[in-house]
Formats: sequence, C-alpha cells, structure tokens
Amino acid sequence: MKEPSTQPLVGFFVTCLADLYRPEVAFASIKLLELAGCRVEVPSQQTCCGQPAFNSGDNKNAAALAKQTIAAFADYEYVVGPSGSCIGMLHHYPELFEERDPWKQRALDLKARAFEITSFLVDVRDFTQIQSRFQGQVTYHDSCSGLRELKIKQQPRQLLAQIPGLTLTEMEDAETCCGFGGTFCVKYPDISNRMVSNKAESVHQTGAELLLGGDLGCLLNMAGKLSREGRRVAVRHVVEILADEFAQPALGQAADASLAYPA
Amino acid sequence: MQIRSPEFKQNARIALTDVGLQKALGNVKTGFPDKRAKAVARMPEFDALRDQARDLKNHILQHLDLYLEIFEANVIKQGGQVHWCRTAEDARQTILRLCQEAGAKTVTKGKSMVSEEINLNAHLEAHGIQPVETDLGEYILQLRGDHPSHIIAPAIHLNLEDVSETFHQHHHKPKSMDAAVLMQEARETLREKFVVADVGITGANFLVAETGSTLIVTNEGNGDLTQTLPKTHIVVSSIEKVVPTLEDMSLFLRLLARSATGQEFTVYNTLSSGTKRLGDQDGPEAFHVVLVDNGRSDMLGGELQEMLRCIRCAACMNHCPVYGAIGGHAYGWVYPGPMGSVLTPQMIGIEQAALLPNASTFCGKCEEVCPVRIPLPKLMRHWRKNEFERHLTPQAARWGLGIWAFFAKRPSLYRLLSRISNLSLRSLAGKKQRIEKLPFGQAWTQMRDMPAPSGKTFMQQWQARNKTGHNS
Repeated sequence: MKEPSTQPLVGFFVTCLADLYRPEVAFASIKLLELAGCRVEVPSQQTCCGQPAFNSGDNKNAAALAKQTIAAFADYEYVVGPSGSCIGMLHHYPELFEERDPWKQRALDLKARAFEITSFLVDVRDFTQIQSRFQGQVTYHDSCSGLRELKIKQQPRQLLAQIPGLTLTEMEDAETCCGFGGTFCVKYPDISNRMVSNKAESVHQTGAELLLGGDLGCLLNMAGKLSREGRRVAVRHVVEILADEFAQPALGQAADASLAYPA
Repeated sequence: MQIRSPEFKQNARIALTDVGLQKALGNVKTGFPDKRAKAVARMPEFDALRDQARDLKNHILQHLDLYLEIFEANVIKQGGQVHWCRTAEDARQTILRLCQEAGAKTVTKGKSMVSEEINLNAHLEAHGIQPVETDLGEYILQLRGDHPSHIIAPAIHLNLEDVSETFHQHHHKPKSMDAAVLMQEARETLREKFVVADVGITGANFLVAETGSTLIVTNEGNGDLTQTLPKTHIVVSSIEKVVPTLEDMSLFLRLLARSATGQEFTVYNTLSSGTKRLGDQDGPEAFHVVLVDNGRSDMLGGELQEMLRCIRCAACMNHCPVYGAIGGHAYGWVYPGPMGSVLTPQMIGIEQAALLPNASTFCGKCEEVCPVRIPLPKLMRHWRKNEFERHLTPQAARWGLGIWAFFAKRPSLYRLLSRISNLSLRSLAGKKQRIEKLPFGQAWTQMRDMPAPSGKTFMQQWQARNKTGHNS
C-alpha cells in the first residue's frame, strides 16, 4: 500500500438523502474533512450506492451502480460519505462480482479506501480539533449498518466528547434498530411503526433535547415519529454539531418556531 | 401444521394489536438477551469459542456423509437402529410404523422442533396413537390445540392467566395463579402418562458419531423420563445435528446454553446410547434414530449451507426487533425469526414463504449474537435474490425499482429527478418543514411525518458555490 499523504485527496460520496433532504450534512462533512487536512472533491458521476437494488435481490442493477461508483471514485485516495449504510454498501461491492471478473479487484480496492465520515476522522486522520460551540444534552442512536458492518461505535462519541458544552446521555437500547430499514419501512409499515415508537420512547426517556445519529434514513424516520408524537426533541446528523453548522433548523423543524411542533 | 406464511403481513398486524401477546413478548428481553449478555460477559473466550464452533461445523458439513455413517455404525453397535428419511412424509411414516410395531397406544414426547417440522402429532393421532407432550410449554400448547411460537420457549406467547385458565379447564381443579401450583398440577398429570407410555419420542440436540449417542438438553428433566421409562425410545433428529466426538459436543454445549437462556449449562444434559444393557436398571429395549433430511442435503454445497450450522439456540429471534414486535406465530410456520426466515423457504417453498426473508431491516443483530456466526442477513438476501430472479417480487416493487435504477444509472437525469423531488417535497411541506400526508407515501406518513428538505439539493448548491468562486 502507498504511504498515506499528509493532504490526501478525498472523493466525497454525497449520498442520495443528504443530496435531497439535507445538504447541510454534506457541507458540514466537507468542512470537517478540510479541517482534518484533506483536499475534497465531489465527483459529478456519482448517484446512488445501489443498496435499494442489492437489498431487493436485484443484483444486476446493483452491480451496474457499483461499477458506476467505482469508476467515479477511481482517482481518489479515499472515498468518504456521511452514512454508515451507504458506505457499508460500498463494502458489499466485491460480493457482486465473480472471482475472475476484473471488477472484483476494483471493488476490493474501493472497499479499502471507503470510509464513513466519523470513522475516517478518528481512525484514519486521528482528528482531535473539533471546534463547536454547541451547549446542551444530546443522545446518540447507533445506526445498524455503521455499527455492525463498519464497527462505528466509539468514533462519533470520541468526537462529540471534544465539545465542552455537550453532555451525551446514552439511551436504553441505543443499538436497537429504529425500524427504518430502507424499503422495509414502507413494505412492513406496522412493524416499522412499532420499532420507531419504541425508539422514540427511549429517546424521550433520556431527557435529551437533541437526537444525533450518523445516517439520514434512520434520522428521517425518527424525526418524523418524534414530531408526529409531538415530542420536543430535535434531530440532526452528528456532523452538523461536530462542524458547528447548526444555524439551519433541525430535521423537519420550521424556521418559524411557532410552527415547530403540532399544537 | 397449517402454513400461514403467505398471510405474514396480516398476521403481524393482528399480533401488534393483541394485548395479551404484547404483554407476553415484553418478557422476552429480560428473559433472554439480558441474561445472555451477562453470561457472555463472564466468559472472555466466548468469541474465540464461536470461531471454533463455526469452523468445526463447517468441517462437519464438508464430511456430513462420513460422520453420519460412523454415527449409524455406532448406534447399531449399541443395539439400536437408524432410519434414513428423505422427506417429512418418510419420517412420519417411519415413526408411525415403529410405534405400531411397538403396539403403542400412547407415546410421551420430549420437546422436538423436528417433530413439529414433520407434523408428527397430527399423523399419530390420525392413526389412533395419542402423543403426550411432556415439556411444560409444549404440554400447555397441546392442551390448547396451539403451536410453538419460539423454538426453545414454545409457549412464550402466553401469560400466566392463559395457563391458569387452560389448566383449570383440563385438570378440573380450582383455578390458581400460582406458577408453582400450576407446575405441580402438570407434574402430577404427566407422571401418570410417563408410566403408561408405550413409546418415548425425543428430539436430539446433538448426535455423537464416535459413540452413537444422542443428546438432549432440558431444564425440566421431562426428556429423561420420556426416554428411559418406555420400552421403545425413538429419537427424531435432522441430519446436521451430528458432531464427531463427545469433546466436540461439549464445545457446542458451552455455547448453546449461554446463547439460549444465559445459563452456563442447561440443567439436564442427557445422553442416550443404545438399548438397555445387562445390569442396567432401566432403559429402552428398542432404540431407534430417525434421521430427517427434508431439504437439508439440497442446502449442502450452496450458499445456504451455512444455515446448517444452526444449533437452535434461538438467540437470533430473542434479539430480533421484528420478532420482538410480532412474536413467532406471525411467521406462519414452525421456525420463526431470522433463522426461520432462512429455513422456512427451503422447507415449504419460497413461493409460500416469500414475505419472510423480506421481513428484516437487515439490522444485523441476529448475526451479531449467533453462536456459530451464521450470516443470517446475507442468507435472507440470498432468498430475496432468488425471488427477484423468479419474478416472485411484487410487480409494483419491480416497476418502482426498475424506474429508479433507470435514473440512478444516468447521473445527469438522476440530478434532475432529485431536483424535481426536492422541489415537490418542499412545496408540499410549506413553511412547516414537514409533510403530514404524502401522496404515494401513505405507508410512511400514516405513522410519522416526513421531514422536508431544508433547501435546494446539495448538488445544486455545490455547483452554484463553485460557479461563484465560493468553493470552500
């Protein structure tokens, strides 16, 4: 392997949900990467990682999207994205190709370079320069793919611990699935609803004013449930707090505070 | 057992509103995962043992024929017989014949999921033989005409009130809400059955090739009475339960109890080795092992082979948030939870079980706790792939996926689609920044709000910044 460069060139993997719902998550990630000494580019040929196809058994389309992603990020020392789930999918790419297929090696190569943002900052960059003015009590949901496929557990907590005004109160069952599961939440809405209701209750029990996590799918699911239940907990992606970028209202919250919660 | 897997969604909906079931399911977490976690924490070498167990199972599966033949030879040496059954029907017929040859009127049964798999009780009853379940949970279910909802705690879906009512009806004694009293009632009733039974049928947790022994683990001791008192002992087991030696067996036992109930060891670990010998105080005069294949050898050599490592500890279902929400009956067949979602399609056909491998968020908790490291999400994905290839995936989902993939494979069109979606979501949300009713998205908004996008898409904003020289 090559010696890691001091100012590595990172290809930023935006992810569909950050692109569509929460551009702040992408901007905050890029800011953090730059603070960690990286040069960042956003390849324009990227779209989706292909997970919806892969998890639906459509390996043909999953492989096509894998090739597209591999090609788009071929020239970067690292590929970093703000989602354990999408980056986890990049780690699945080698399973999509036969041993003799030249794409197999390219997929393995991408896998070795692909990191979720918090694990990249901690495990690769040993980053300790978090400068955020956040004050308050938060809780953290461990999204399943990041936790179990990429072993992301301590990394976001280590970064959050660098913020002096922040107190992290762990919720019960922080590692239990929130019920999002990609298409699961619309294929099995009743079961998903039970799971996210349990999660909303665990979040509420901590008394935290802010719920953080590393995956927008899960965060949208939990934010939607919390607001439907009228619970006064804001929801943000962890990078927004880490990058000191929380001027924008939290997920699903109106800029006008009077519209923030149902009456 | 009637197959109800095609109605999984409806079953789940009913389960979610069943107050009694939901109360009973509340006991799962404290009963199993919390205890397992403590047991694992006390054993630093637990993960190393899991690796060993995985590797050993892989070795056994590579040489399954060899170990089964050694097992058979040693059973014969001990005075027993082995019956090879390719299908559930073969197994039912064989056991019926053995019971008839023994002139059996009643048979006692230890807990056996394989006997559920082959639907043994109904078959025996249809031929005038009365099976009596002796595991407390199974006994309760038999009285109620019910089926197991869990592979090690079959009556986990019931509450004390249910048992109290059932016993009151069947035992004709004053109603009691004292678990100890109820247990005593069951014990007294079952004692009589143990004594008069002509045949005892048990399952097996392991088959030991080197000694020709079968092993059952129980916490009640009912299995011991089932297999030692009657003149005939029939063991019904699936083929993948074989292990080479007693020492290998003990490796799995160390993992099994801890993974299942958080016990360091199950209370009774009972080996059966052939027939009663000269000088033995008790034991059966005839010893039969019925080996059931029922689709398992078709799993060898393929992607599903890893499923055959399963030692039936139930850790996957105990830790599964989907199982925890709906219980075992919703899955509609014998094996519930993640292990069932892999095994059931193999046994009843993917056409009937199509919904099961999809009923997972792929959270990965099952794989995390599996003592033999079965990659359950990967194996569920194997079935999803099979469904997609065979056009069993619902047509609407296929279309949706096809349209989405068409755009996703064309980056500039995908940007356009994202922009249109972004704009639509924002205009639907208005100033409230959330959508309470989403057209075409009712499955989401019936239960929760849809937060709105905070502004234009990232790609739009990024391009704008770069054009105006604000590239950070």
